Amino acid sequence: MIPSDLRYTKEHEWIRVAGDEATVGITQHAADQLGDIVFVELPEPGHRLEQFATFGVVESVKAVSDLFAPVSGEVLEGNAGLNAMPEVVNSDPYGAGWMLRMRLSDPGEVEQLLDAAAYEALTAEG
Amino acid sequence: MSVTGPKLQPTLFELSGSGRAAGRRIPAPPADALDRLPAAARRVIPAALPEVDEASLVRHYVNLSQLNWGVDTGFYPLGSCTMKYNPKVNEWAARLNGFAALHPLAPDETAQGTLELLWELERDLAAISGMDAVTLQPAAGAHGELTGILVVRAYHRARGDLERTEVLVPDSAHGTNPATASMAGFRTVNIPSAPDGGIDLDAFRAALGPRTAAIMITNPSTLGLFERRIVELIELVHAAGALAYMDGANLNAILGRFRPGDAGFDVMHFNVHKTFSTPHGGGGPGAGPVGVRAPLIPFLPAPRVLREPDGTFRLEREGERPASIGRVRGHVGSVGILVRAWAYIRAHGADGLREVSDDAVLAANYLRGRLAADGAYEVPYPGPCAHEFIASGAGLKRATGVRTLDVAKRLIDKGYHPPTIYFPHTVDEAMLIEPTETERLETLDAFADALLEIAREARDTPELVTSAPHSAPVRRLDEATAARQPNLRWRPASIAPGADA
Amino acid sequence: MVYGPHTPDDRSRMLAALGIASVDELFEVIPPAVRARPMDLPPGLTELELMARLRTLAGHNRVDLASFLGAGVYRHHLPPVVDQVLLRGEFYTAYTPYQPEISQGTLQTIYEYQSLLAELTGLDVVSASHYDGATATAEAALMTCRATRRDRVLVSRGVHPQARRTLETYFGGGDLEFDEVPLVTEGPDAGTTDLAALGRLLADPARPVAGVLAAQPNVLGLLEPMAEISRLTHAAGALFVAAVEPISLAVLAPPAAYGADIAAGEGQPLGIPPQYGGPYLGILACRDSLVRQIPGRLIGMTSDEEGRRAYVMTMRAREQDIRREKAASNICTNQALCALAAAVYVAALGPGGLRDVAATGASRAAELAAALEEAGAPRLHPGAYLNEFAVRVPDAVAVHRRLLRRGILAGIPLAELEPGDPSLVDGLLVCATECTTPEEIELFAWALRDELGARPGVPVAASAEGVR
Repeated sequence: MIPSDLRYTKEHEWIRVAGDEATVGITQHAADQLGDIVFVELPEPGHRLEQFATFGVVESVKAVSDLFAPVSGEVLEGNAGLNAMPEVVNSDPYGAGWMLRMRLSDPGEVEQLLDAAAYEALTAEG
Repeated sequence: MSVTGPKLQPTLFELSGSGRAAGRRIPAPPADALDRLPAAARRVIPAALPEVDEASLVRHYVNLSQLNWGVDTGFYPLGSCTMKYNPKVNEWAARLNGFAALHPLAPDETAQGTLELLWELERDLAAISGMDAVTLQPAAGAHGELTGILVVRAYHRARGDLERTEVLVPDSAHGTNPATASMAGFRTVNIPSAPDGGIDLDAFRAALGPRTAAIMITNPSTLGLFERRIVELIELVHAAGALAYMDGANLNAILGRFRPGDAGFDVMHFNVHKTFSTPHGGGGPGAGPVGVRAPLIPFLPAPRVLREPDGTFRLEREGERPASIGRVRGHVGSVGILVRAWAYIRAHGADGLREVSDDAVLAANYLRGRLAADGAYEVPYPGPCAHEFIASGAGLKRATGVRTLDVAKRLIDKGYHPPTIYFPHTVDEAMLIEPTETERLETLDAFADALLEIAREARDTPELVTSAPHSAPVRRLDEATAARQPNLRWRPASIAPGADA
Repeated sequence: MVYGPHTPDDRSRMLAALGIASVDELFEVIPPAVRARPMDLPPGLTELELMARLRTLAGHNRVDLASFLGAGVYRHHLPPVVDQVLLRGEFYTAYTPYQPEISQGTLQTIYEYQSLLAELTGLDVVSASHYDGATATAEAALMTCRATRRDRVLVSRGVHPQARRTLETYFGGGDLEFDEVPLVTEGPDAGTTDLAALGRLLADPARPVAGVLAAQPNVLGLLEPMAEISRLTHAAGALFVAAVEPISLAVLAPPAAYGADIAAGEGQPLGIPPQYGGPYLGILACRDSLVRQIPGRLIGMTSDEEGRRAYVMTMRAREQDIRREKAASNICTNQALCALAAAVYVAALGPGGLRDVAATGASRAAELAAALEEAGAPRLHPGAYLNEFAVRVPDAVAVHRRLLRRGILAGIPLAELEPGDPSLVDGLLVCATECTTPEEIELFAWALRDELGARPGVPVAASAEGVR
């Protein structure tokens, strides 16, 4: 159920690493907790990310949540499709609901993240 | 709300028709009245405002009002809002021409009646709260919070203490408290509540320090509990060199029983639209006076209302009190609302106000007892509550899948406005219920019966509850689309499918 | 009890159900050391006594004067239909529409208010209202800082002093700063924003500007070059905030027409009586692209599960109960009943009626200006005005007081409007509306001529009564 090829943060972001680039989003669990997502605020290309610092905001009808960078690096692209259809984060959070692509500045940081089993355990605790 | 209730109404724009007389309100001006204005400043495209005859206009608003629910309609147990009866004599009072027609910049000598009323109201609120002085300037509770915290900031600055950058707020606090702290340039430090719902003194002690400007406490708390450790807490706060701010939203529980100033609070705000019966108006206007102890008086907003030795009244002149934080709004206060609050206080006197709190607290405890005896809803925090109490639908959700949201919507079918739900955030599936002192015992019993009936429905026929309300004019709105594709103003193409004309 | 229903019997029954003897037991949690001290209040009054006292107090206010006082708050004809709607209990005793299914009345009236102000301003996003014009102006300034991530704002001295002082308080001590843009002192543009000074203030590369604020009409009643100010502002990468008077929008170019990004204003002229300062109506509007920066409630149209049109508070994630310390503003209310008054007023007048109100005020103001000039008090500034202007009157404060004793509220002395501004000493700011009668104008001019000594020898004792 939780993609096994991804790594996760305690704040419910996922990251898919490919070489020195990566794609980042939020998990199904996070999307479910938030409810119907209505807006995602993402940084511009070129913006510097710092591991575990906030990089944006995701809003639902009744809640708002900060987005925390899983690793440090530079934003390459934000998912412009989320402007018109933020709801795709609810329906396809690991695919079309991706939030940003980035270049990693320190690939070693990925080791500090949770793997699928650890994230599953975290969410099972409630 | 009956199934055969009034129909939904089209907008004013859809009622509009060219030439439909809006009435001959004033004589026509000369045709050349605007010729002297430069063309570049003139409006070219007229505003497409609706043209509606007065009869249709009145029907439009009368029918819309019948789609609404007010205290005048029925029971409105919204926790933390104090939906008490709004006395009609107060409506008469505010509309007296002597009050209504007075211009805020009129010379003091022409405003003696209003100035005297304001001066008396300041003193009344000070007497009620144990504070030394009051400003009536803030336009709302949140505005009062901002004013109070700006006074705190000015106080510390005047002492030369620029290190105090934090405000401590319990996690059960109303969202305005941290938002206020941010607006005033402070960082909010959230303090978890203790398991008994009260302040965790140890957590506060650990967070208090030389960077603390103030704590913001609601007392009784948003859980409807009087803070039994209040004296020790304030002593700790003062020992750390910080100030204690009280959010007075729940004052209806303690009139004549507790005065914040006596306990050491330095500053507080009042919500006159809660405790002092001024109408909520569908969201406003209210007013949020602020009371302070003597050391903070120099920093109050300007202008203050002053009484001269000869018994006349005047407003402070600009620059007369340099330590003031300045003005927080255009004029001296929402006087139309303050007249109503003055009248309410004067109709009650001290004994009457104490009786208000006695009855409010008794009614809340009675209603809480009815629910606690049944067990269908959890009623945490044993022991007496203040003027409101928490019930939780967490157990109901586990057993039946029916959430507090569904219970609230089903209450509409039973003929009640739902209580506050999902606040405070610290309680799961929370309902915050505040009956106030102006509801009959029969109403309290009938409401308890309705809630318990819904709990039975949740077990036996949950679909009935989760698909509620069935009797409201509209049901389960699409709030997601409303936020994703906002339609915030009328445009002719924005007719939704199914709309009735 | 004064307004409540409980009888002693009711109380006994509730106490019995709780198993306690007295309500005092419910207050035992209050530490004894801080239990109630007596409240020093006069004894409660009966309704008869209360009304008598209120009549007396109201009677101590002078509202019978021939008033030429404006300065942001104006007396207009109030169609009685407005108050009839405000007195519907379902409107005024309702709370915030958190349960939309049973609040469609409030929600639709506010949506209509938003739509009417969108038409008047030309800006598509209108908040459900702020506290008043001054706080709306302050919040508009804060919006420009958030939207541009810059921390400096320029405010023309043509913006009303009450709004500037409120902005000063809201900005106070944070990291934000503001500078005032002076007004031209001489020549054909005297009394309007000094564009050259604005240009210089915008040009400092070390201190980029987030927003520029100017008023139309300005505090002296003059029409400002809003399009030019807008152009200069945008050229510097800043946002332009127009502080506007709503009735004037029926006849003057609206903020959208001259490129304003945000509009703020005092909505009191729209169906709300002066009431010595409030409650009023803070108009706040912006372009679509700034919708996430606007504080306050927004009502949106949507549909329900059966496709019926419905209204709901929307984009709530901006607000304090969700964002908490990250909210743009702590505002938790709107002036809902005042917004309703404004909507009913605008609908009751209709587009023609609103234009007539503005045009009649302009016409009366021109008559007033002519009469006062003839009386020896010419206009201080040569520029165009709508219905308010300043006239030169030596020793204006003393003259103002003497006119008051003759039953005339001769506007406000400039020295009192903006204390500490030496350029504004010798003048009165006066206005006219559709309520100003020719008789009042004649009285004012006659009395002023007398005070200024233009007709020496006419006894002062020949006062107001005869003319009125």
